[in-house]
Amino acid sequence: MINFGYSIAQTRVVNLDNCNFDKLEQLEKIVPSFKRCMNCGACTATCSAQQFTGFNIRKIKSMYQQAQYDKLAKELEQCMLCGKCTLVCPRGVSLRPAVMNMRKILNTK
Amino acid sequence: MTKRFWNEYQKEIADDHFFYERSCIRQTFFPGSEAAFLRIMRDVLHKDIYDEENAHTCTGIGYHSDFVPLETTMTVVARLFSLMKEKGYTNYVPSCVTSFGIFSEMIDMWQHDPELLEKTRENLRKATGREFEMPTNLAHPSDIIYKFREELKQHMKYQLVNRFTGKPLRVVEHVGCHYAKIFPERGIGNAEFPYVLAGMIESWGGEVVDYPERRHCCGFGFRHYLLQENRGYSVANSKKKFESMEPYEPDFIVSNCPGCSMFMDKWQYTIAEMENKTYDRDGYGIPVLTYEEMAGLLLGFDPWELGLQIHQVQSEKLMDKIGIKYDPDAKYRGVNGKILPQPEKPHVLKQ
Repeated sequence: MINFGYSIAQTRVVNLDNCNFDKLEQLEKIVPSFKRCMNCGACTATCSAQQFTGFNIRKIKSMYQQAQYDKLAKELEQCMLCGKCTLVCPRGVSLRPAVMNMRKILNTK
Repeated sequence: MTKRFWNEYQKEIADDHFFYERSCIRQTFFPGSEAAFLRIMRDVLHKDIYDEENAHTCTGIGYHSDFVPLETTMTVVARLFSLMKEKGYTNYVPSCVTSFGIFSEMIDMWQHDPELLEKTRENLRKATGREFEMPTNLAHPSDIIYKFREELKQHMKYQLVNRFTGKPLRVVEHVGCHYAKIFPERGIGNAEFPYVLAGMIESWGGEVVDYPERRHCCGFGFRHYLLQENRGYSVANSKKKFESMEPYEPDFIVSNCPGCSMFMDKWQYTIAEMENKTYDRDGYGIPVLTYEEMAGLLLGFDPWELGLQIHQVQSEKLMDKIGIKYDPDAKYRGVNGKILPQPEKPHVLKQ
């Protein structure tokens, strides 16, 4: 193989046809309100953790919905479970239980 | 009958008396294409076309890479138009799709801002003492071939049909971004439904492959390619297209842009070397032709005079499918009859 001095950049497109949504279905059974999210980002704007870290609850929710689980368990460790996101959510999504259950599901082998 | 949206987007293309400006890079990558276009125009269609020998860059690569300022580009374009005025022509035909985009852009700006036009006239006068006029008709050579496609068909020896199966060849058409994505109304069929190459393929017996990433960039991207470290992004674009077209098993790719033809051809070698992957069934790659080469082949021009041996992906298998006769021994024969040194064979891509 020849070294051309560069590598082929991986595509950032998520092909939903190739994703396994078992974990999402599992979570939606436990926290049905998870389906109601409209991606407004109020949770992230209020989040105490995001003020000091790169934690982004809206991004985590999107990644989980798109079955992009790599590194997600590590990300979720930054949540302090204060529950402010749940208080401000205009659609009444139970985010605190969602985070707790995401942790459980992702840590289950 | 199904509504064909491209029908709503047509453009005016002159009939005769063209002023031809060659491309900076095509003569290196596809050395037979421009000569083939001139031969088609003069010997087959019997049109008057002037091949300007004093032409120069339109600054396209520098302009789109942010090296050349707008005023400079305008003055350089004005000089090219002054050459056309000097020779008494009004129908400008730039060989390159990026030049076509640059000219369309400059003309549009001049038409919207007469002061800018006056400023450019002054700049050109000060720099060279020349005067210029905007062309009355600006058309890309692919527009002209498209316009005369039925007439050319009458002269063609071959059709885009697989002689073994009798079925139309499956052709991927790739229209350069600067052809219609900058000024959609200046391209046949607009930016969404460019019909310029599809029209040729359908008229000449082939079948156009409609695949998901059909309108995706080839990966050239000008400034994106300049730094070696960034070229992975460029390859990634081509790769995305190849992966998207692969399941449709195209027989070949045809393009009307110098960059697209070059990158889609050469990146197949790069991807094969880097990832051990080719996008056809047998490991030979998908041949990439320019529209002049496609027309020339069907008209019966010698494939080696068209410069097909210069391509990375070789076209013998395609020519066998169409039934084109060629002399394998003459492939690397130079103009003086001497056999030239043969290029090194790639490790992965078969030849």
